[in-house]
Amino acid sequence: MLSTTPAHSPTQEIGQDGRALLEIRGLTKEFGGLKAVNNFDISISRGELIGLIGPNGAGKTTVFNLITGIYVATQGSIKYKDTELIGLQPHEITRLGIARTFQNIRLFPTLTVLDNVRIAYHTHAGYSMFDAITHSPHYQKAEKELTEKAQEFLSVFNLHTRQGEIAKNLPYGEQRRLEIARALAASPELLLLDEPAAGMNPKEVASLMDLIHFIRERFNLTILLIEHQMRVVMGICERITVMDFGEVIARGTPEEIQNNEKVIEAYLGRGAAALSQKLQEKRSHVAGS
Amino acid sequence: MKLDRHTLGFWIVLIGLIVLIQILVSLGILSPFWETLLKIGAVMSIVSLGLNLIYGFNGQFSLGQWGFYAIGAYAAADVTYRWTQMNNASGLMVLLLVVALVGIAFFLTAKLVARLRGLDPLSAFALYIVAVLIAAVIGVQLGRVLIAPATQILSSLPPNLSLQIVYLIAVLLGGCLAAEVSYLFGLPVLTLGSDYFGIATLGFTIIVKVLLDNSDTLLGFEEMKGARGMVGIPKTTSWLWVALFLIIVIILLRNLLHSSHGRAIISVREDEIAAKAMGIDVAQQKTIAFVLGSFLAGLAGGLYAHINGFLHPNTFNFIKSFDPMIIVVFGGLGSVSGTIMAAFTWALVLEGFLRILLPAGFETWRFVVYPLFLLVMMLLRPQGLFGGFEFPYLRQVLPKPYTPKTEEQLSLVHAIEEASEGD
Repeated sequence: MLSTTPAHSPTQEIGQDGRALLEIRGLTKEFGGLKAVNNFDISISRGELIGLIGPNGAGKTTVFNLITGIYVATQGSIKYKDTELIGLQPHEITRLGIARTFQNIRLFPTLTVLDNVRIAYHTHAGYSMFDAITHSPHYQKAEKELTEKAQEFLSVFNLHTRQGEIAKNLPYGEQRRLEIARALAASPELLLLDEPAAGMNPKEVASLMDLIHFIRERFNLTILLIEHQMRVVMGICERITVMDFGEVIARGTPEEIQNNEKVIEAYLGRGAAALSQKLQEKRSHVAGS
Repeated sequence: MKLDRHTLGFWIVLIGLIVLIQILVSLGILSPFWETLLKIGAVMSIVSLGLNLIYGFNGQFSLGQWGFYAIGAYAAADVTYRWTQMNNASGLMVLLLVVALVGIAFFLTAKLVARLRGLDPLSAFALYIVAVLIAAVIGVQLGRVLIAPATQILSSLPPNLSLQIVYLIAVLLGGCLAAEVSYLFGLPVLTLGSDYFGIATLGFTIIVKVLLDNSDTLLGFEEMKGARGMVGIPKTTSWLWVALFLIIVIILLRNLLHSSHGRAIISVREDEIAAKAMGIDVAQQKTIAFVLGSFLAGLAGGLYAHINGFLHPNTFNFIKSFDPMIIVVFGGLGSVSGTIMAAFTWALVLEGFLRILLPAGFETWRFVVYPLFLLVMMLLRPQGLFGGFEFPYLRQVLPKPYTPKTEEQLSLVHAIEEASEGD
């Protein structure tokens, strides 16, 4: 099984402490006759920042949807801290400590910025329905704490001055920031970012990369990132897994991936790949002489 | 609770209006005709607030509200009918115990189902049905035992007081019964998508209507008299009773919506997948909204039954199930204030002012004027009369802007502001 996946075998990927935070083995998802994801393996250790890249339709977002329980896998296993995730409901998976953002931003559009973040605290709100409908002292206290926490969170993302704004009225870049803020408010250990830089200009991308570094340090996160823009992936990811047609075609560090034939082929097509290889040979020839 | 100026104003106006109407009624200035319309307005407010919770706040398109309204009406009417016409508490005790035991059965079955992970929904539903049947049979038997002592205790009170007590409990039990039926009905049906859910709930309303048409034969409640209509229900619902219920409903609903539980309900309407990704149990939130909304429908039904003292299955025809839907959309989806104003407008204008304003012989033309008005309204103001507007007390107050307290927070804010200055 492992022989079909080139480059490193998964056993080499386990981090220093020897235990993976997320371990996916032989994950397969079929939609009718189409194998959207086929025999996908990945292993992520605590504190890593890993990129998942691949051309359009490679099955990257399907992998996210399988991890978060939106789709149920046809085969395989997803282990998060020794808990099998397949078969769990999406909200149960979130409560275990996995949060995500979406490719096409999914905020709560007509609610305020503050409420968007406060909803993420619902599972930790800690007061009952009875407290809620009577606005008991317990409610007052818990609600105040929750609101302060949400506001502090917004301040981390420089959104605290916009707490009363309706989410859909925010500029695009701020909507992205809000979505990340909301995901972090669910207090995850593993954060899944689905194309966070989509639709951003180079300047916004640069500040996004800083932001990802910052939250990773501050909240002690492990991050799995899907990205299209090579610049982002190459800039921040420590390890990269490349998918095409639902299968892993390469794994490695950004440098290794950049020069991997199969990856170039997948992205550019065979002819262009051959051309690029020729160019490279020529360059090394020139450099050698 | 801190009262600001606007909230205080809201309460003064609301209480003032209620007291003023009561004074006008007592002095005979406001005729019983208008008093009834006002009561109907308040009852429709409660039904529509329930529907707004389901449709406007939770996003589930439901036409079942009218069926739950009917259940509440007939259940409460039966209890007070048996008390006034048959002089015993049979309806009260049997319904009380059935509602209580079925509630316990739901609770225990839910725990069992949670433990049996991976049980498919239909098997779980079958488990619930069995549990409910057992609980109901035990409830009826236990209730029968308690009829005699309960009748004795209630008879020892002054007749008017005992009637009011029986009435109050009957109305609440009607709401609880509707809520329990909605829980059972919602188990298989709430998993359906929006449109399919709408059709399924419409089917529910039709089933209830047909059952009520045959209530004397099929269900075995002879006093309900099937399609001939139930008469002899005490006219206990006064203006003050409905106003009291409406105020309590408004307060509790507002409190719910301004809490984390309310936000969880609303998040389902906003984006189900995002809500799930935030750890919100979407199925659970749908059930909560549906059951609470149906409780309000049943409660309002009980109040309605005691306005005219007469119930007829045709009142609960599915065509009428669109009335609360019209009120909710007209008032503004997701607006509590809008729903209340629309419900009173609907009751007062449709049956009141239009009757008077249209020339004699043309009264039935109000059903031409009213749809035309709705049409124009939807074209010009699709977000409803109030849109997202709320009266002061009902409005969500934003907390004070964030001020960093500790050194660390302060330095963080500065660092972020500096870093983002380039944006």
